[in-house]
Amino acid sequence: MGKVTMTVNGRARSAEVEGRTLLSSFLRDGLELTGTHVGCDTSQCGACVVLVNGQAVKSCTAFAADLDGAEVTTVEGMANPDGSLGRIQQAFQDYHGLQCGYCTPGMVMSTAALLAENPKPTEEEVRHYLEGNICRCTGYQNIVRAVMAASGQDVGALAAE
Amino acid sequence: MKDEGRITGAAHDSVIHDSAIKHVTGRAEYTDDITEPVGCLHAYIGTATVAKGRVTALDLSAVRAAPGVVAVLTEEDIPGHNDISPTGLNDEPIFTRDVQFHGQPLFAVVAESRDMARRACTLAKVSYDRADHATDIDAAEAAGYPDVTAPLTLARGDAARALAKAQHRIQGRMRVGGQDHMYLEGQIALAIPGEDDEMTVFASTQHPSEAQHMVAHALGVPANAVVVNVRRMGGGFGGKETQMNLFCTVAALAARATGRAVKLRPDRDQDMEITGKRHDFRIDYDLGFDDSGRILAVDGLFAARCGWSADLSGPVTDRALFHADNAYFYPDVRLRSRPIQTNTVSNTAFRGFGGPQGLIAAERMIEEIAYKLGRDPLEVRRANFYREGADVTPYHQQVTDNILTRLVDELEVSSDYQARRKKVLDFNAKGGVIRKGIALTPVKFGISFTATWYNQAGALLHVYSDGSIHLNHGGTEMGQGLFTKVAQVVAEAFQVDLSRIKITKTTTEKVPNTSATAASSGSDLNGMAALNAAEQIKARLVAFAAEKWGVAEDAVQFLPGRVAVGADIVPWDDFIKSAYMARVQLSAAGFYKTPEIHWDRAKGQGRPFYYYAYGAACSEVSIDTLTGETRVDRVDVLHDVGRSLNPALDLGQVEGAFVQGMGWLTSEELVWDDAGRLRTHAPSTYKIPLASDRPRIFNVALAEWSVNPERTIKRSKAVGEPPFMLPVSVFEAIGMAVASVADYRECPRLDAPATPERVLMAVERLRG
Repeated sequence: MGKVTMTVNGRARSAEVEGRTLLSSFLRDGLELTGTHVGCDTSQCGACVVLVNGQAVKSCTAFAADLDGAEVTTVEGMANPDGSLGRIQQAFQDYHGLQCGYCTPGMVMSTAALLAENPKPTEEEVRHYLEGNICRCTGYQNIVRAVMAASGQDVGALAAE
Repeated sequence: MKDEGRITGAAHDSVIHDSAIKHVTGRAEYTDDITEPVGCLHAYIGTATVAKGRVTALDLSAVRAAPGVVAVLTEEDIPGHNDISPTGLNDEPIFTRDVQFHGQPLFAVVAESRDMARRACTLAKVSYDRADHATDIDAAEAAGYPDVTAPLTLARGDAARALAKAQHRIQGRMRVGGQDHMYLEGQIALAIPGEDDEMTVFASTQHPSEAQHMVAHALGVPANAVVVNVRRMGGGFGGKETQMNLFCTVAALAARATGRAVKLRPDRDQDMEITGKRHDFRIDYDLGFDDSGRILAVDGLFAARCGWSADLSGPVTDRALFHADNAYFYPDVRLRSRPIQTNTVSNTAFRGFGGPQGLIAAERMIEEIAYKLGRDPLEVRRANFYREGADVTPYHQQVTDNILTRLVDELEVSSDYQARRKKVLDFNAKGGVIRKGIALTPVKFGISFTATWYNQAGALLHVYSDGSIHLNHGGTEMGQGLFTKVAQVVAEAFQVDLSRIKITKTTTEKVPNTSATAASSGSDLNGMAALNAAEQIKARLVAFAAEKWGVAEDAVQFLPGRVAVGADIVPWDDFIKSAYMARVQLSAAGFYKTPEIHWDRAKGQGRPFYYYAYGAACSEVSIDTLTGETRVDRVDVLHDVGRSLNPALDLGQVEGAFVQGMGWLTSEELVWDDAGRLRTHAPSTYKIPLASDRPRIFNVALAEWSVNPERTIKRSKAVGEPPFMLPVSVFEAIGMAVASVADYRECPRLDAPATPERVLMAVERLRG
């Protein structure tokens, strides 16, 4: 056991963790941030994606103990300061970019990482970037629309319905 | 600005999913997110490591001694029945020593943490008296394995005689692969023991009433002692219609044994190793047709890998036969099922429920005719569509609502099929490495549970004295938007904004004896039950207003946010308050049963389906003849949902089903090794479509002119399953691209899934 301190969604959080404690467990069990979902346990599905120092990380395969001093953002930290939906959240809502919702937090976080490095991605770039996030419900169509809308681009130009 | 003349969120409006805001903020609560009760323990399941045999010694001493272990459960620790067969065949023990598949549950460990329980599981010492196993249809047949349940025959006319006389006759075989559900949220159950014999279970299930009964049987208590709750699932697709029974019963047994709350969540690998999947099929067909391409007779044998127990294999293989005609008239026909036992997981419900495996055989036969006669398959399809005078199915139901000709005609134009087909043929004629294919295929899908008694639903509706409304029904939410649609129906009935209606978890305490949320029936059944409850309350309100205001009952009208009583206009909240003060009952239990359906399985005759849902898709693909790689270039879909309850949600269902069906037919492959182990038990080896796999152009439209001729909820049609079969067009387009290497002289006879390996092998085979 060792003490680890991180800034999670802007708040300093400290806890005693085992060396093998996963970041996903640290967030879900320790901090009750249950918006981060565990889907496959093996970094394949992307439901557990969070931002660590601005980078998209699959929290089910990152050790909390390795992240002392890190800045972590989860889906719970994506709203605007006044509590209203952030622009990515708003776009996923408005463009029906979700069905069962289990993949949604990971999709929102991957989108945040994508738009941070590429503010106006093409549709192909969006689809390539989201290859690490599986969705079984939507067929991705509305998810991609939501990402394009969140980047301020014309969704009507997409090859959609 | 809100339109005072219209409520927000009425039926037919494209409102957002009721949980959308909770999903994007991470506040939507799944079973694993529920705050654990004090002292909550965690269970894990220990499984067999042989595919068939008898456990001769089960030494669990090291398991019991492991750190944190509180209890260990085996078949001796079940106070009630050791069985979770959903059809009452008594063939599905919770724990066993008679091993029938690799990964079968033998025992469970209950420990202070999930990690401790998982680690302890690995310490079991198990000895087996091994027996020879059979994991696939051919091996099981060779070994003389029995059917897991009674097979079905559908027949009309004399298929043997008609085949013997037919101008053309083709016999063939097709293999169609299975599919893992890959719901993003895996199986999970949290059981909390209560007073006396009570047990409360929170689970991810499509069928709370069945879970309730299974838990009651396993614990040896009446159903009234068990409550099952589910607010939402992270996907179901049929994988949580019966498969949660194991996890619910084990969690409940562990909670009973320890007197503490117990949570059970298998990891993804164990989830995939233990739970059933879509049935894979081996289909033998004998087809007779004439020079014009008209089908004269069909004789089909549909063998399915059912796994070790019956589970839902009976109704699944039945539904395969019900859809082995797809949209085509077979003048003389015999269709038989062979639900064979194998030493694999017990296959189960999956979106389409056997229908897709039947339908794809019909489309294969169309291909056979088209390639034999050198015709465009679309012409052959049209020549065989159900039509007046040729409108009776192999199960003797008359097809009366056939809108497929119009649907296909419209799609043919909107997709520019003819011109593009010519371009594809011209492209292929150049003989390059890349080949193209295009296909336009239809879907006709029967709506209703073939188990007639399942076609019933209940709802519980409360109007509180402040005018707010609380809605419950027997359906479960797995992302499909059922809760939203049913709430829209209630909002419309009362003429209040959707925001006045609160939808809470599905629970056996509120609505009893519910059916599974399955067979695409969720909105049809529960929407009607909720409407029935609303109509009861409205009738009481009308009688109350007529008496209080001294007007005729037809002078009482529900307007948006208010009620007109004669010349008076009363705001909704005030109206409800005065009804409460006048002691009007403001709560009602609604009920619905689908009319007109009946089915005699022994005779193979009846009207199993209330109506049909239709659709069609046109897909164009490219294949690389050196690597077998496939790319879907363009898809156009026109799909029938009747008068849509919510077009945005319905479009989402069509798009999602299409991509899921594309996965089934192209990339998703289940592999068992010689030892009977499933080797594709995680998304690392089992490949569902990714964001980059989807069609390059994807035009999806609803047939806006369609209205359900039957009196369904707001004249809508079911949407969950039918669009899953649209990507048969992708599969057939791949076949055309393959066939081009032999100048279309030969039917490509692709088996599913058309993985790059299979495409490459088919190219090599056709090149000779």
